[in-house]
Amino acid sequence: MHALISRLRYAGVGAAVLLSGCNLEVLTPKGDVGSQEKSLILIALGLMAIVAIPVIAMTLWFPWRYRKANKNATYAPSWSHSTKIELVVWTIPAIIVAILAVITWTSSHALDPYKPLESEAKPVTVQVVSMDWKWLFVYPEYGVASVNELAFPVDRPVNFQITSDSVMNAFFIPQLGSQVYAMAGMETKLHLIAREPGAYDGLSTNFSGEGFSDMHFKAIATSEDGFKDWIAKAKATPTTLDADSYKTLAKPSEKAPVAYYGNVANGLFSSVLNQHMDGMSHDAAAHGEISMDMSHDAPEESMQMDMHEHQDGGAVSSNITPAKAEK
Amino acid sequence: MSSPAVSATHGALDGVSHGGDAHHHDDGSKTLLGFWIYLMSDCLIFSGLFATFAVLANATAGGPTGKELFELPYVLGETMLLLISSVTFGMAMLAMHAGKKNQLLAWLAVTFVFGAGFIGMEVHEFAKLIADGAGPSRSAFLSSYFTLVGTHGLHVTCGLIWLVVMMDQMRRYGLTDATRRRLSCLSLFWHFLDIVWICVFTFVYLRGAI
Amino acid sequence: MFGKLTLDAIPYHEPIVMVTLAAVLLGGLAMLAALTKFRLWGYLWKEWFTSVDHKKIGIMYIIVALVMLLRGFADALMMRLQQATAAADSAGYLPPHHFDQVFTAHGVIMIFFVAMPLITGLMNLVVPLQIGARDVAYPFLNSLSFWLFLSGVFLVMVSLFVGDFAATGWLAYPPLSGLDYSPTVGVDYYIWALQLSGLGTTLSGINFIVTIMKMRTPGMTLMKMPVFTWTALVTNILIVAAFPILTVTLALLTADRYLGMHFFTNDLGGNAMMYVNLIWIWGHPEVYILVLPCFGAYSEIVATFSKKPLFGYKSMVYATSAIGVLSFLVWLHHFFTMGSGANVNAFFGIMTMIISVPTGAKLFNWLFTMYRGRVEMTVPMLWTIGFMVTFVVGGVTGVLMAVPGADFVLHNSVFLIAHFHNVIIGGVVFGCLAAINYWFPKAFGFRLNEAWGKASFWCWLVGFYVAFVPLYILGLKGMTRRMNHYANPDWQPYLIVAAIGAAIIAAGIFCILVQFYVSVRDRKKLTDPSGDPWGGRTLEWSISSPAPFYNFATLPQVRELDQFWEDKQNGVAYVQPAKYEDIHMPRNTGVGVVMGAFGTVLGFALVWHIWWMAAIGLLGMIASFIVRAYDRDVDYWVPAAEVERIERSRHAQLKQFQTTQVAPVAAPQRQKVA
Repeated sequence: MHALISRLRYAGVGAAVLLSGCNLEVLTPKGDVGSQEKSLILIALGLMAIVAIPVIAMTLWFPWRYRKANKNATYAPSWSHSTKIELVVWTIPAIIVAILAVITWTSSHALDPYKPLESEAKPVTVQVVSMDWKWLFVYPEYGVASVNELAFPVDRPVNFQITSDSVMNAFFIPQLGSQVYAMAGMETKLHLIAREPGAYDGLSTNFSGEGFSDMHFKAIATSEDGFKDWIAKAKATPTTLDADSYKTLAKPSEKAPVAYYGNVANGLFSSVLNQHMDGMSHDAAAHGEISMDMSHDAPEESMQMDMHEHQDGGAVSSNITPAKAEK
Repeated sequence: MSSPAVSATHGALDGVSHGGDAHHHDDGSKTLLGFWIYLMSDCLIFSGLFATFAVLANATAGGPTGKELFELPYVLGETMLLLISSVTFGMAMLAMHAGKKNQLLAWLAVTFVFGAGFIGMEVHEFAKLIADGAGPSRSAFLSSYFTLVGTHGLHVTCGLIWLVVMMDQMRRYGLTDATRRRLSCLSLFWHFLDIVWICVFTFVYLRGAI
Repeated sequence: MFGKLTLDAIPYHEPIVMVTLAAVLLGGLAMLAALTKFRLWGYLWKEWFTSVDHKKIGIMYIIVALVMLLRGFADALMMRLQQATAAADSAGYLPPHHFDQVFTAHGVIMIFFVAMPLITGLMNLVVPLQIGARDVAYPFLNSLSFWLFLSGVFLVMVSLFVGDFAATGWLAYPPLSGLDYSPTVGVDYYIWALQLSGLGTTLSGINFIVTIMKMRTPGMTLMKMPVFTWTALVTNILIVAAFPILTVTLALLTADRYLGMHFFTNDLGGNAMMYVNLIWIWGHPEVYILVLPCFGAYSEIVATFSKKPLFGYKSMVYATSAIGVLSFLVWLHHFFTMGSGANVNAFFGIMTMIISVPTGAKLFNWLFTMYRGRVEMTVPMLWTIGFMVTFVVGGVTGVLMAVPGADFVLHNSVFLIAHFHNVIIGGVVFGCLAAINYWFPKAFGFRLNEAWGKASFWCWLVGFYVAFVPLYILGLKGMTRRMNHYANPDWQPYLIVAAIGAAIIAAGIFCILVQFYVSVRDRKKLTDPSGDPWGGRTLEWSISSPAPFYNFATLPQVRELDQFWEDKQNGVAYVQPAKYEDIHMPRNTGVGVVMGAFGTVLGFALVWHIWWMAAIGLLGMIASFIVRAYDRDVDYWVPAAEVERIERSRHAQLKQFQTTQVAPVAAPQRQKVA
C-alpha cells in the first residue's frame, strides 16, 4: 500500500512537472504544513487518475468505435445488463474511495490547523486580527504589533490566534499551507512553520467588502537574528496600540501601509475578541464581574458549544474544542 | 415566513386540483398527498427555526432569560385554547362526515373563537415582553424566541383566515366534494399546528422555565 | 411616502449601467410597440400568460432562462475583462462596489434564474409526456410558480437600474450581508428576489412529486418509469426538503435587517456561523437539484442515439436515489476552514467522496450504453460526450477538495471557481442545452439546425477549457476568488487567456441564438411530421410534434420500460382507438399572473420600505387567491369529436410521412443480437 502510494505520488509529480513552466506557489511550499498538503494533493490526484483516465479514454473511444457508420462494430440492440460490469464499476471506485477515506481521516488529524506543531524550538505566538481592510498582527510575547506585515523566524513554529474585528475573512499564506477563517467574537487557531527564509505573500481568501482585494500582506520568514532585528525595529516605533488608537486603526481603510506599534496594551486581543459580547450569556455573567482573562475564554466556549450543538444535527459527535485542550 | 406564502400554498393545492386528469386517478387523493407534502415542507421550516432556537437559547447577551420571562400558567392557558380548538375542529369534521351542515358551521365558529383567543393571548404576551424591554432585538435568544413562536402564530392566523373562507364556502355551496376536500386539508393543517405548538410549549416554555 | 426610494437611487454616475438602461428601455419599448402593432397582446395573454398547459409553462421558463443567461453571461464577461486588465497598479474599469455587485449578480442569476428555470422548464415540458399524463397535478399552482419565479427575475433586473444589488457574494454571508456592513438595498433585493422565486420552486416541487406519484399512465410502475422522470422525482424531493431551509435562512437574515434582530450579527449573541451552516444545508442539495435532471436527460439521449436501452437502468435509479440522500450529509465541506475539528471535517470529507461512487457508476452506465451500440453523432449526443469528459475532470477536482487537508490550501481560490464551473457548465449547462436540442421538436414541431448546434457545442467546449484551465493553474498559484484587482503581475497572462475563453463561450452563445433563428426560418424543412425524429424510446415520442394540448388522446398502456420502442418493434405503435372519449382539461386562468404582479409589488415595496405599498401587495396576493378559491369554473371537457378530428389529421400526416420514407424512421428494423 505504501509502495503504491509513493508510486502514485511520482505519477502526480509527473503531472506537476508538466505545469512546472509556471511557478505554482501552492505546490512549491516553504514549510512543513504546506509540504504535507502538497503530497496529499498529488497522492489524491494520482489515485483518482486510476479511474479518471480510463473513463475519459473510453468516453472518446466508444462513440468512435461504435459510430453509426462503422458497420464492422458489433451491434447488440437489446443488451443492457451485465452483472459483471456492474460489479466492477461499483467496486473499483468504491475501493479507491475507501483508500482515499483512510488518507482523509489520517491527514485531517495530522493537518488539523488547531494542532500545535511538534518541534524542539519554542513557538512564536502571533495574534491576528482581520480588519476592514487590513491585517493587524500582535506579538504578545514582545509587546509589539504590526499592520500588513508579519515576521517570524524560520524553523520555529508559529501559533496564530485569529479573530476578526468586523466581517469574516480568512488568513492564508499560500506557500506555508493551511488557511483558517477569521470571525468576529470567535477565536480560531492555526499552526504553521517556515523552513526557508523568504518574504511570502499572504492574503485574505474570504470576500469581505470593498477593500478586500488589497487585503494582502508580506509574511517574512527570517533568521533568528533577522527576527530580533524586526522586533527591535517595531519596538523602536513610538506609537502605542491601545483602546483609542485601535479604534482609529479599525476604521475602514483601503491599501493601508505597513505600520508598527512599539507598544501594545495588555489584553488587546482579548478585548477585540470580546468587544461584541456586551452581554455575556446569563450564567457566565452570574459569576460576577468579568475579568479580562475570563472574558477571553467565555465567548469562545459558548460559540464553540453553539456550533457543536448545531452540527449534532448531522449525527456527528464533533470535536470542536481543541482550543481549550491546549490551555 | 410571510403569510401569503403559507396561505398560497394551502389554498393553491386545494383550489385547483380538480383540473387534472379525471379518468384514472381519484382527485381527493392527489390533493391530500400534495397537502401532506406541503405539511412536511412546512415542518422543515419549523425544524429550521427550532434548530436556530436550540443554538441561540443561551445567547441571552446579558438580557433576560426564559426563566425570568415565561409565565407558565399563562402559556398553559394559551395551550389549552389551542388544544380545545383542535377538539372542536374534530367535532366539526364529525359533523361534516355526518352531513350536518349547520352543526358543522357551529363547530367551525367555536373553533374560530378558540383560535382567535389563542392569537389574542399570544399578541398580548408579545406586547408585554416588548414593553418590558424584552423585545426581539434585545438578544439572539429573544430574536429566535419571537421568530419561532411568531411564525407559529402567523400560521394560526392564516388558518383563521382560511377558516372564515371555508365557513363562507360551506354556507354558500354546501357540502360539495370540493368544500369537503378543502376542509379536510384545513383540518390537517390545524392539527399540524397543534402538534407544532406542543413542541413549542415543551422545548421553548417548559425547557426555558426549568 | 416612498420609503427609502428617491431619485438618487438611479445610478446616473455609472455610465455602464445607464447605457444598459437606455438599451433595455429602447428595446423594451420597441418590443411593446411591435406587440401592439401586430396585435399580439391578446394572443400572448390568452395562449401563454394565462395558460396552465405544462408544455407552455415549460417553454416560458426556458425562454426566460435563456434571456437571463445573456444577462448572467454579460456579468461574466465584465468580470473576465476586469480581471484581465486590473493587474499590478491598474485598477481596471470597474470600481470595487460595482465589481462586487457584478460577481454577486452573476452567481445569483446563473443559479436561480438560469439553471433553476432551465431545469424546471424541462421537467414541465417532459415529465407529463413521459408518464403519459395530460397535465401536472395542480395546473394552476404550476402557473403560479412560474409567475412567482418571474417576480424574482423582475426584482433582480430592476436592481440594476434602481438602487443596487447585493455586493456580498452569491450566498450573502453575514455579518457582511447584515445591515451594519451592507446598509444599501442591495441585500434586500437579493432576499426578496430569492424568497419569491424560492416559494415558486417549492410549490413546483410539491406539484411534480404528486404528478409523478399519482398520475402515471396505467401499468407504469416506478421501475418502468423513464430515467429522466426518475431524476425529476428525486430532484423534486430534494427541492421540497431543501428549499424550506433556504426560506428560513433568508427569513432570519431578513429579521436581522428589518426588525433589528440578532441571529447573525456580531453583537448581542448572534452567530454568523449558523447562517453558513444553514445556507449550505440548502446549498449543497441545490447543486444536485440542478444536476440530477441533467443526468436524466443524458441518459435518455445516450440510449436514444446509441439505439440501445440504457445500460443498468436499475443501478441508475439506485445511484440517483443514493446521491439524493447523500447530498444532505456533505454540507460542511464548503467550510472546512472554519475550524470544526478533525473528526467533523474528516466525516464530511469522506461522505463527499462517497457520492463520487454512484456518480461514477452513472458515467460507466452511459459508457456501456454506447458500447455495442450504433452511435449517432447528433447535437445532443455531442453535448453528452463533451459532458462526460468534462465532468470527470470536475469530479476529480471536486473529490480532491473534499480532502480537508487539500482544501486548506485550495478553498476559496480560483481553483474552486474552476471546479464548480467545471461541474455546473459541464454538467448542468451542457445537459440543458443537450436536452433543449433533444426535446425541441416535441415542443415546436421542428428540429433545430444541426450545423449551428455543432458550432455552438465546439465553441462552448473549447471556450470552457480555455477559460477555466487558467483558473485551475491560478488557484495553485494562490489566487483567491472575487478580486477586483491584484498586485501580482504573474497572474495577468492567465487571466487574459481566461478572458479569451469567455469570448469563445460568447461565440457559442451567439451560435445558439443563430441556431434558433435559422431553425425558425427553415422550420418547414426541419419539420417533424412523425413526432419521433430521433427514433425515441419513451412515450413522449409516440404523440405528434408539437404535442396536442391534451397530450394523449387515449392513455397508453405500459408493460415494459421503453414501451414505445417495444411497440415500434412489434409494429403496434400508432394504433388508433376504435372510439375516442371526452377529455377533462383545466381552464386557463390569469390569477397566477395577478398574484405574481402583486408579489412583485410586495417585493419591491419591501426592498424600499414603502409599507403602504407592501400592504397592497400582500393583501392583493391573499385576496386574489381567495377569489380564485371561489372560482368554480376551473375546468372543461374537450368533446370526443374534437379529439377525433385532431387525432385523425395527426394520423393522416403520419401515414403520408411513412409512405414517403424508404426506411421509416418510426419503425426501425429489428436487428439480430450479435
